[in-house]
Amino acid sequence: MLLLIAGTMTVLMVRNLFVATMLLGIVSFTMALIFISLDAVDVAFTEAAVGAGISTVLYIGTLALVGSQEKERPKLALGPLVICVLVGAILYYATYEMPEFGHPENPVQTHVAPRYVEESPTEIGIPNMVTSVLASYRGYDTFGEVTVIFTAGIGVLLILRQRRRKRTEAEKDAKDTPLDENRGGKGSSLSGLGSAHDLVPHVIAKLLIPFIFVFGLYVQFHGDFGPGGGFQAGVIFAAGIILYALVFSLDLARAVISEKAILFLISAGVVLYGGVGVVSMLLGGNFLDYNVLASDPIAGQHIGILLVELGVGITVTAAMLAIFYAFVGRADLIEEAAQRGEN
Amino acid sequence: MSFGFFNYWVFIILLMIGLYTVMSRNNFVKKMIGLSLFQISVFLFYISMGKISGGTAPIVISGSLDTAEPIYSNPLPHVLILTAIVVGIATTALGLSLVVRIKESFGTIEEDDILEMEDGA
Amino acid sequence: MISLSSQFPILVALAPLMAAPFCALFRGNTLPWAMTTIISAFSFYVSLSLLFSVVASGPISYELGGWAPPWGIEYVVDPLSGFMLVLISGISTGVLLFARDSITKEVPAHQLGLFFAAYLLSLTGMLGICITGDAFNIFVFLEIMSLSSYALIAMGERTDRRALTAAFQYLIIGTVGATFYLTGVGLIYMMTGTLNIADIASRFPEIEGTRPILAGVGFIIVGICIKLALFPMHVWLPNSYTYAPNIITAFFAGTATKVSVYLLIRFIFTVFGPNYSFAGLGLTDVLMPLAILGFLSMSAVAIFQTNLKRLLAYSSVAQLGYMVLGIALASEAGLTASVVHIFNHAVVKTGLFLSVGCMFYVVGSTYLKDLQGVGRRMPLTTFGFALGGLGLIGVPLTPGFISKWYLVVAVLEKGSYFGYALVAALMVSSLLAVIYIWRVVEVAYFRPPPEGTETQEAPLSLLIPTWIFILGSFYFGIETSFNVGFAKTIASFLMGGA
Repeated sequence: MLLLIAGTMTVLMVRNLFVATMLLGIVSFTMALIFISLDAVDVAFTEAAVGAGISTVLYIGTLALVGSQEKERPKLALGPLVICVLVGAILYYATYEMPEFGHPENPVQTHVAPRYVEESPTEIGIPNMVTSVLASYRGYDTFGEVTVIFTAGIGVLLILRQRRRKRTEAEKDAKDTPLDENRGGKGSSLSGLGSAHDLVPHVIAKLLIPFIFVFGLYVQFHGDFGPGGGFQAGVIFAAGIILYALVFSLDLARAVISEKAILFLISAGVVLYGGVGVVSMLLGGNFLDYNVLASDPIAGQHIGILLVELGVGITVTAAMLAIFYAFVGRADLIEEAAQRGEN
Repeated sequence: MSFGFFNYWVFIILLMIGLYTVMSRNNFVKKMIGLSLFQISVFLFYISMGKISGGTAPIVISGSLDTAEPIYSNPLPHVLILTAIVVGIATTALGLSLVVRIKESFGTIEEDDILEMEDGA
Repeated sequence: MISLSSQFPILVALAPLMAAPFCALFRGNTLPWAMTTIISAFSFYVSLSLLFSVVASGPISYELGGWAPPWGIEYVVDPLSGFMLVLISGISTGVLLFARDSITKEVPAHQLGLFFAAYLLSLTGMLGICITGDAFNIFVFLEIMSLSSYALIAMGERTDRRALTAAFQYLIIGTVGATFYLTGVGLIYMMTGTLNIADIASRFPEIEGTRPILAGVGFIIVGICIKLALFPMHVWLPNSYTYAPNIITAFFAGTATKVSVYLLIRFIFTVFGPNYSFAGLGLTDVLMPLAILGFLSMSAVAIFQTNLKRLLAYSSVAQLGYMVLGIALASEAGLTASVVHIFNHAVVKTGLFLSVGCMFYVVGSTYLKDLQGVGRRMPLTTFGFALGGLGLIGVPLTPGFISKWYLVVAVLEKGSYFGYALVAALMVSSLLAVIYIWRVVEVAYFRPPPEGTETQEAPLSLLIPTWIFILGSFYFGIETSFNVGFAKTIASFLMGGA
């Protein structure tokens, strides 16, 4: 805990943004450990994958494009400080009548939650209550969550996507300029990272990637029983492909899964999730009422949860990749412009 | 880690630092980092309130020989925070992509430089 | 098979949501636009039928996933949310009619599919916020709306690169607001153990005096007010509205901040209850000064703007002050005035921004200096703008007059000198509105157009939707049974239900 506070204070103080990003990753990871100690294994899993994983990748991708030094020496800003202290004071004031930490008689534990804890094994029939609540009781929130990710994917594409240059031209560029020259400097090309000389990363990546995918599949389909589910699996899948793109090259990764396919997949995941809801409506239930999907409610819940988790997984994988591609594609563009300037 | 309101106090301190970073820093990336911290602190708050002392993760332990029913922590905050984490990463991605475009278009990501340029424009 | 109409509550928000992924895949100029418009019109139709069935037979509840609240998520259509659904989907449909020719000038063709997908998502977000009966679900849909709107605002960069910084600024402030809201919901959840709005409301009296609730209420209200752009938390709004693509400005001006006003009303009246909010918490003393300062200072600031869109944006912040004032009065009359003004201002402001969009289409700029003599170049558009301006000021027979009338009545109910002072403040603000509208009219009609320009109206596809809103606003200014009638129903429902 104190580690957390120290970490965040340093984030505030440090001027090098790269260091700040790393510290943010550490804070996220520490937070994930704390979540485990607070029994929130699913959340810890996600926080580790997202906070310490994907978001760090995004920050680094951005820093490669924008430079990593903060200009000004941090100085004390009085206005914001007053507001922060005020907000903190209000919350501190509130803690004094808060229910005792960890007490089983708290309103949080006694009002709505017992139903989830006591009934979900019989109503839904899967052991992981977080998955039950996530995908069924509050399945609509999760549908919203998928939509949020979809929105982010669309938004990033809207903001960052440029017209693709012609493929042949791109390949010619790659042949003309030795890869090593592309590297170094603040605009170090992310797609040029895949160098033929880096034997060790190549071998390790080749060894790792299959396992990453298998693990992703396990997390995807084992979410009913243990921690995990579509979201975490999606992040893991995306991480696998991102690793591939980093070690080999973006163009190779694009050959494996093209941008068009990604856009299609982002949409497909949302449609799959919503489609389950629509089918349940057509079968006479309410939206996302899985009971009607099969003759037996429990079997229906199983099918429903499996399908929506799959939808989540697909959209998350594709959206993460779309965001990653968009950032890296931008790096290429800047570098090209720089090269044109030099010539 | 389960004495009194310690978790909540840590939440408050993290929230204050995050909010202060957002408001006081000029650099856009730094602002985004502050925003992430601010959001993470709220996650801690939610998860803390779902915890039951002596409880365990809300996954049914089947076939356990223990006759005593284990106490499970509240799964609902976990679900909410899963959603909130996703919202957080979505915001981060969108914010950073804007930062990249701002850098390309203005040549800087320091707020006061940009304000100066905008006034001139 | 269940009859379709029992599924209507979900269809309102689901239709645009499910259409968005398909829209993102479409190419070309027409297809994404046509799909978006049809879907929006469908939502409008569903909203209307929901509203009428609510009025006829009381609130509708819809259990998502078949789980009863508070365990599952519930959709609730009551008079207020039904009214908002109709307003939002109606404005969206009208703006979309305008969009086809306007947007191709501002957004590159290969982005149109994604653009309209984002538009649909933000529509989904707004409708979802209004219809849901779950406090956390509001947060999720708030984020859907916000994330898509950041992207949409950033699309103005082709015209002016400042759209990017405006979007970024909005993203930072908006996220802080949403996270405040989330913290507030967390505090309330901590004390009540539930997220369902009706359930919170029923458990609220037991714990309303406790400190975490006090803090939670504070966080929620501050969070909403940031999203609402209540003075002094409005800084993001003028930039966003100025640099966003024109149809987006018109759409958001009519809907986005109104959704926040809706949330404010919802939380103050339904969740916390007017007794606690006003008698217990003294919200009037907080909201009213901000509202009054807001509409006075923002009207004054609007006078000095050189960009027409920016001028109207500041005027929007001022008008939001009127709505919040109505809420802060804590009376049925005040609430009626507030709801009437939500409706009237949405229609008028959308019409105004659309006519600005017409001017931009022809002139290519919204700076006043470039719009000199536009009254002679584009007589129909400018006349529409002038009529809309009258509505904004509140001249009799216009919708602005109706809402100000109700506001004055509500204020006078308070009696005393304080009431008269308030009326005076309203008058001053209206006078300021006269000045800023007059500035535009003066530039448009009494300055000669630049050499070598000739009369060139905006195409009919832009003019007709603009005039629909302008004429519509006059219709609702004269025949007030729809807006005022519903506003009264809503106000008595909310005050009586508490």
